[in-house]
Amino acid sequence: MSQPLKNYHSAVWDEPVVMELGAPGRRGILFPDTEERISDTVGEAQDLVAEAMRRQSPIGLPEMSEPEVLRHYLHLSQQTLGMMGISLFGTCTMKYNPRLNEIMTMLPHISEVHPHQSTATLQGVLEVIHRLDLILRELSGMDRFVFQAGGGADASYLHATITRAYFESRGELGQRTEVITTAQAHPCNPATAAAAGFSVITLPLEEAGYASTDALRAAVSDRTASLMVNNPDDMGIYNPHIKEWVDVVHEAGGLCFYDHANFNGVMSRIRAAELGFDACMFMLHKTFGGPKAGGGPAVGAYGCIAELERFLPRPLVVADGDAFRLDEGGPDNSGRVREFWGNVPLIVKSYSWSRAMGAAGIREAADLSMLANNYMEKRLLEIPGITKSLPHLVAHRMEMTRYSLGELTNETGVTAINVQNRMVDFGVDAFWLSHEPWIVPEPFTPEAGEMWSLEDIDYWIDVLAHVCSEAREQPELVKTAPHNQAIHQINDSYLNDPERWATTWRAFQRKQKA
Amino acid sequence: MLEQESRVHPYMANSTDAARQRMLEVVGVGDVAELFEQIPSNHLLSEEIQLEPALRSEVALRRHLMALLGQNDTCEENLSFLGAGCWQHHVPAICDEVSSRSEFLTSVWGTPSSDHGRNQAWFEFASQLGELVSMDFVGLPLYSWGAAAGHAFRMAARLTGRNRVLVPRAMDPERLAVIRTYCGSPELKGHIELVGVDHDPATGRYDMADLRSKLTDETAAVYLETPGYLGIVETDAAEIASLARTHGAETIVGVDPISLGVLAAPGDYGTDIAVGTTQPLGVHMNCGGGVGGFIATRDEEKYAKQYPTLQVSICDTVVPGERGFGLTLFSQSSYGSRELGNDWTGNSVYLWAIANATYMSLMGPAGFFDVGSTILRRSHYAATKIAELSGVRVDWSSGFFKEFVVNFDGTDKTVNEINEALRQRRIFGGKDLSESHVELGQSALFCVTEIHTADDIDRLVDNLKEVTAR
Repeated sequence: MSQPLKNYHSAVWDEPVVMELGAPGRRGILFPDTEERISDTVGEAQDLVAEAMRRQSPIGLPEMSEPEVLRHYLHLSQQTLGMMGISLFGTCTMKYNPRLNEIMTMLPHISEVHPHQSTATLQGVLEVIHRLDLILRELSGMDRFVFQAGGGADASYLHATITRAYFESRGELGQRTEVITTAQAHPCNPATAAAAGFSVITLPLEEAGYASTDALRAAVSDRTASLMVNNPDDMGIYNPHIKEWVDVVHEAGGLCFYDHANFNGVMSRIRAAELGFDACMFMLHKTFGGPKAGGGPAVGAYGCIAELERFLPRPLVVADGDAFRLDEGGPDNSGRVREFWGNVPLIVKSYSWSRAMGAAGIREAADLSMLANNYMEKRLLEIPGITKSLPHLVAHRMEMTRYSLGELTNETGVTAINVQNRMVDFGVDAFWLSHEPWIVPEPFTPEAGEMWSLEDIDYWIDVLAHVCSEAREQPELVKTAPHNQAIHQINDSYLNDPERWATTWRAFQRKQKA
Repeated sequence: MLEQESRVHPYMANSTDAARQRMLEVVGVGDVAELFEQIPSNHLLSEEIQLEPALRSEVALRRHLMALLGQNDTCEENLSFLGAGCWQHHVPAICDEVSSRSEFLTSVWGTPSSDHGRNQAWFEFASQLGELVSMDFVGLPLYSWGAAAGHAFRMAARLTGRNRVLVPRAMDPERLAVIRTYCGSPELKGHIELVGVDHDPATGRYDMADLRSKLTDETAAVYLETPGYLGIVETDAAEIASLARTHGAETIVGVDPISLGVLAAPGDYGTDIAVGTTQPLGVHMNCGGGVGGFIATRDEEKYAKQYPTLQVSICDTVVPGERGFGLTLFSQSSYGSRELGNDWTGNSVYLWAIANATYMSLMGPAGFFDVGSTILRRSHYAATKIAELSGVRVDWSSGFFKEFVVNFDGTDKTVNEINEALRQRRIFGGKDLSESHVELGQSALFCVTEIHTADDIDRLVDNLKEVTAR
């Protein structure tokens, strides 16, 4: 499949930091003059603020005209690769973000509505929320979804807070202080459990590629509040004992939360509730066609069984015949994790994506992502220096596979990060390495998903193969990459040095002078 | 072939029979079902999923969405005075243009080089926000003001080793509910106790005597908001910060950054940790989905090491004179240290940070001064005119920004009745406070911004006069 690699080069604008742009007196925006009857009534603005609380000097912002601002940020956008190139960023399920949905959610019907409007004026948005709830119920078997959480990690936190409320209602919270997870669960699972006040037990991986049921049995007790796991994991390994795990935790009196971050391969094949889970989470910005947006606005759609419904944060959207209303709930709800109802535009986008796909389309997307990953694996393992995580496990991996560049590194000194930096020279955006902890040396985790064409996938593999050859023939070329990007390799040696880091221009200027 | 029988879908290049066949051949299986061999058969779902028929054509999908969304009645078609944590400000056209750029919209985690433009935009968000609040260290955005405050309280608890935070009793119930969640449970680790401080009924500001009586050497932080939920500007902020310091407590200040062209910056009156909202800075209300938050502090190591967020720092590259941007203090995040990191982080509202950066660049110092002045004058004009109505009171008729409380006890009508009547006249009245702030009686929180003209305000006043008439 080898094809000539593209003669790619990023736009290079040498764009100054915005704080260096503009000139005194320029304006990017004006506001209407104050009507005479207003000034006659209230006088000068400054007299409406107590002296102690008046701003004393102008804000140190750039003074720019409107087109200057536009061109500056367009330049910055052009120096961002995004999905203009090919991104098989594993664990994030890069898929098409239909532009229709962007246009629909920019309409005032969504962008210019307020959550405190009378529900009589919000029937459209309430109906979309309800309809997406029904779709997710069908996919998961859960009884109710809520969209307040602002991302997957926030949904994980929401589960921890619902767990708190559940055991508090049973008078067991003082005793149920432990959450069990695994080394391959996303870092947000243990982190949010700890932030909610729980102690965390992390089960290690064993020979089979997942933690053993024996280890789980040893960890559960009458202190167990919840299990928080993903399945399949980021190596593409599915724990076949997960039903037994759920039983073990339930017997100990704990709840079971299914982090469905890796849903793409199994959607329409399994249902979290049928596996016995009490709650699950879908990421609308991944699996359901919403854009990543560089890290949100996102939604962690949290679904649970009927028994937990009363602990969900409010408000919930309820269908009353043909009309929709908000249920503000009783005293048991776990409390809010974020103001209002969640990222409403993303709820609309995900509803739209689900309708565009339909049941058959969702099945097709899952199948294609499984096919594409296993197709990639065939070709990737032909590249010398690349090995698969836990190679003794021969079953087909799910929608992604974790690999290692460790052999290449041993042979050439070129690391996974070097390879990543070189691949971007060909218009192929960074692969994902691995969440902590790294289980294999020099890890990388591509995920093809259903969007990318075979030509795209082949090109991605060709670029990687080419870079691996370069690692042997001209290792310095790879180690000093990138060469075709907006900037070269950053010097990250002082990013953790308080004398030199600068998260703002004002700090930078002060430290430059020092 | 009938459309329903075709697998080919516009979103999926490999949905052709040829592509599927090719992948099956290379993988060496006859049927895709063989790839699911890791899943035990008793895990597979009991019945196939049933969804409404697909709308594979954009023609049909658009029409369906328009019909659904068209049921909403918007704040553009009506005259709205709703605020209370989500405000109708003008969103400049180029904020929408920039934040809908495909490159920003579809980016995930590239390298510092392939994400260079976006990382610079993030740095410019932090840099400009730092100027607004007059603080040197700013993290990447958080989910909301409440989430930012919740994390800030936890930062203060870790910094001081104490677990009590003083908060305004009259604060936004929505925001307080989020903060309560972040403060945990007394039965588990890391719980923070919230102590409500009264406001002075005459001014709406913190009751200083009550504050003094509750501030002790066990206080981790004093939290104040300016403007607060009820619009009040806290004129004693410097004194509160100074009192907190004498007790070894942190001062956490919540602000609405659109006020900072006319109101003092938190960094200039002794604030240790500033938090607030980002929605007013170029993000649509989005039915509450536009909210975002921030945390800012002095650039001191002890504060920097407590941030739960990610943050970008400006840095050099291997080429002399070239600038880049990289993540700083990554290892203290949950990505770096799992449960040993500071709280947690994940996806947030990073695209809104780019809209915010665009907005702040457009505004400049004069834009912020103008918008602040405009809001001050228009909101005070509205309060003055409304207070002239029979049976209607505005108790805190000065010293507020953007929002003010209107009391209708003298009209014999509830806020709900008044708002319903206004709605028939295509006006969305103020947020009803009668349940959340019972002590204020039949009161509503009205919000007036730069989008409201004198005519709009007069129209509100005329209609209020009619609907409150006995």
